[in-house]
Amino acid sequence: MHSFPRWKIWLILAVLVVSTMGALPNVTSVPSWWPSSLSHPMSLGLDLKGGIHLVLDVDVDKAVNHSVEEDVDAARQALRKEKIRYRKLSAEGMNLNIEIKNSDDLASAEKILADTFDSYAMSSAVDNTFTLTLKASVADETRKFAVEQSIEVIRGRIDALGTTEPVIIKQGTHRILVQIPGYEDSAHAKQLIGRTAQLQFKLVDEKGDLDKAMSGSIPPGDIIMYGPEQTVNGNTSRQPYLLKKRTELSGDEISDARVSIDSRYNEYAVTLKFNSKGSRKFDKLTAAHVGERFAIILEGVVNSAPVIRERIAGGSAQITGSFSPAEAHDLAIILRAGALPAPVKVVEERSIGPSLGQDSIDQGMNSIIVGCILVLIFMAVYYRMFGVVANVALIFNMLLILSIMSIIGGTLTLPGIAGIVLTIGMAVDANVLIFERIREELRLGKTPLAAIDGGYDKAFSTIVDANITTLIAAIVLFQFGSGPVKGFAITLSVGILASMFTAITVTRAIVAVSTAKRGRIEKLSI
Amino acid sequence: MQLIRSDIHYDFIGKRKFALLVSGIMILISLGALAAKGLNFGIDFTGGTLVEVKFTPAPSIADVRSAISPKGYGNAMIQEFGTPEEILIRVQNKESEESSTISNAILDGLSEKFGADAIEMRRVEFVGPQVGEELTRAGIMAVLVAMLAILVYVTFRFEFRFAIGADAALLHDITIVVGLFALTGKEFSLPVIAALLTVIGYSLNDTIVVFDRIRENFEANRKRKKPEEETAVVNNSINQTLARTLMTSLTTLLVVLALFILGGEVIHDFAFALIAGIVVGTYSSIYVASPVMISLAGRFKSDEDEVKAMEARP
Repeated sequence: MHSFPRWKIWLILAVLVVSTMGALPNVTSVPSWWPSSLSHPMSLGLDLKGGIHLVLDVDVDKAVNHSVEEDVDAARQALRKEKIRYRKLSAEGMNLNIEIKNSDDLASAEKILADTFDSYAMSSAVDNTFTLTLKASVADETRKFAVEQSIEVIRGRIDALGTTEPVIIKQGTHRILVQIPGYEDSAHAKQLIGRTAQLQFKLVDEKGDLDKAMSGSIPPGDIIMYGPEQTVNGNTSRQPYLLKKRTELSGDEISDARVSIDSRYNEYAVTLKFNSKGSRKFDKLTAAHVGERFAIILEGVVNSAPVIRERIAGGSAQITGSFSPAEAHDLAIILRAGALPAPVKVVEERSIGPSLGQDSIDQGMNSIIVGCILVLIFMAVYYRMFGVVANVALIFNMLLILSIMSIIGGTLTLPGIAGIVLTIGMAVDANVLIFERIREELRLGKTPLAAIDGGYDKAFSTIVDANITTLIAAIVLFQFGSGPVKGFAITLSVGILASMFTAITVTRAIVAVSTAKRGRIEKLSI
Repeated sequence: MQLIRSDIHYDFIGKRKFALLVSGIMILISLGALAAKGLNFGIDFTGGTLVEVKFTPAPSIADVRSAISPKGYGNAMIQEFGTPEEILIRVQNKESEESSTISNAILDGLSEKFGADAIEMRRVEFVGPQVGEELTRAGIMAVLVAMLAILVYVTFRFEFRFAIGADAALLHDITIVVGLFALTGKEFSLPVIAALLTVIGYSLNDTIVVFDRIRENFEANRKRKKPEEETAVVNNSINQTLARTLMTSLTTLLVVLALFILGGEVIHDFAFALIAGIVVGTYSSIYVASPVMISLAGRFKSDEDEVKAMEARP
């Protein structure tokens, strides 16, 4: 028999020590001097520990449209400043359309617009109308920013739930993955995340004629918005309001939002505090429009339109409505966290109740233990001493999988457990190949030691070929799979790689060490 | 202990016409079932909502239906899941509404009727129509890419006709396992795709071991003064590896059976696909891969240099 190199034995012992240390945190807590890279237990996937898993789609094009709409205001201001009169300003998708009243002003208007909007590509005027198109790179930037900002806003809202270690990350170009471990109320989570929380303050057009506007002739610069649905005597209706289009204040200018009690009706309400810029604006607004009404619009619905009785300098406002304590609480949370820059929609949900997660862990562990014991018995009976050697390698293999998963920070999912179970079956395959080959060599009349050498040598390339093909399938699965299925691909890959080490190197070392001391071997226990 | 007598010499290749018939019939039944019944696609692919609820005590399906009918889901698919206490409710996506709220409405309906303490949310899954399409595309891509990658690898390690033989066996296995899902009406979900890919890997593993021995024996045969027929060499190789093929299939089947019986409802269909795949994969590595490879002898001319280069590889 070839002499088995010393260093390989040391390598095996080193791997054994490291993997035992790496696997230990899964079983018990480790002392503080333990190496930090070996101190983390394997993390469990949501399907095992329970929790909410949502994939959100951010309507990024809405964010682009929104920013173009905001630029209508900027255009208006720029033109007014230069005293250029316009006939019409409008936003349309990624385009700003600006119609100038006098063709004499066209040249100066062109210059001003070009100076103001360097993020737009501008066409020369047709029928006194300029069309400015948002540059694609700027639009992309806006989309990206919308997703990033949405992540921040959603993080703020979820943090308010007080759960541990929520995951909120970008997925692809315009999706957000939200995972809230240990949280059960999926309806509440979805509601909290999905609301845009866009808050606007607009003035009511007191001079405009609401009835006329309702029949179609809306005064220029005005807009009709509605209050919440109300049912009176069985009739459901919504109160219309004629408002100025211009948004005087928005949710961006809020520094805080708290649940409060509205003293007049003894109802739950949310009190808003403006930041310094917002306070100044609010101060100016209320001073200039005493006696008029201003509308508080939450997510496109007019919440209320109180009359401004006097100038309000303090910088706070109150949102009322027949809120339940929970509703008021949620509203305060989302207003505090800020508005979503674009609407988000849940496109995928996989939420697991805690009891199912625990059942899955129990059932998965049972399968692993029973599967393992069956294979151990089978191998020992079939290959006797060599079977026992293979069994030692199999247990080593399990240890190695556990520690590698812990060290690389892999997540164990239910399909991942299935991957480990499957690995048990496949890990012994390498040993089956070797042992069958040794038996063959023995039948050909080789001496036991020569047969062992021949068996290991000849089986080697077969084992590599066979495992690489399985590995190819696992890698493809990792590339195309999602979530839990990826977990299966990871444990399967880790298991295959670990098994190549344990089934070949470890068993060979054991066989080499145990045969080295004996001078002559008459018969192998195989 | 030995399962297979060491001097076994069974004429596998001689039975290849019969095997072809058996495989042909199985594939025809599979394709027939696929055409006639189609697959029972899970919400991963169709999109929709799935709610699993545990009741104490066990409810009747009719009561569950009447609880969610007022919410507009009277035509939902309702079934027991493992035990009578556990109920699975499935609803298709509706175009008009924000579909992610369907589960909320269903849970509300149930707790109104049975009381909040009597029900426990076990699982909510919702897949939007767009995501369903994406997952379907990714699933199909995964199977195709895996097969292509394997074709390349086997061509590189062996010869092109070996690769064709291996892929034929894979196609055979996948068709039959998928056909079995159509036949039994079991739910075809994302984990089942994962199982299919594992079956691909596993079946190939078996095939490669046989091919490896065939290659080894081909080389030895060429050096002989009176080379044997190719079919005889192949048949010998299959016999030589038979003990290993059956042993490995047996140990793997043991653990997958443990998974099937003990692993719980969620993993049940996944384990079923694996069991079917292992059985079919073992069969195909003996009766499909090698016969196809032999029948392609001489179709793809490999000149002397190539043969030498091949022999030089480990």
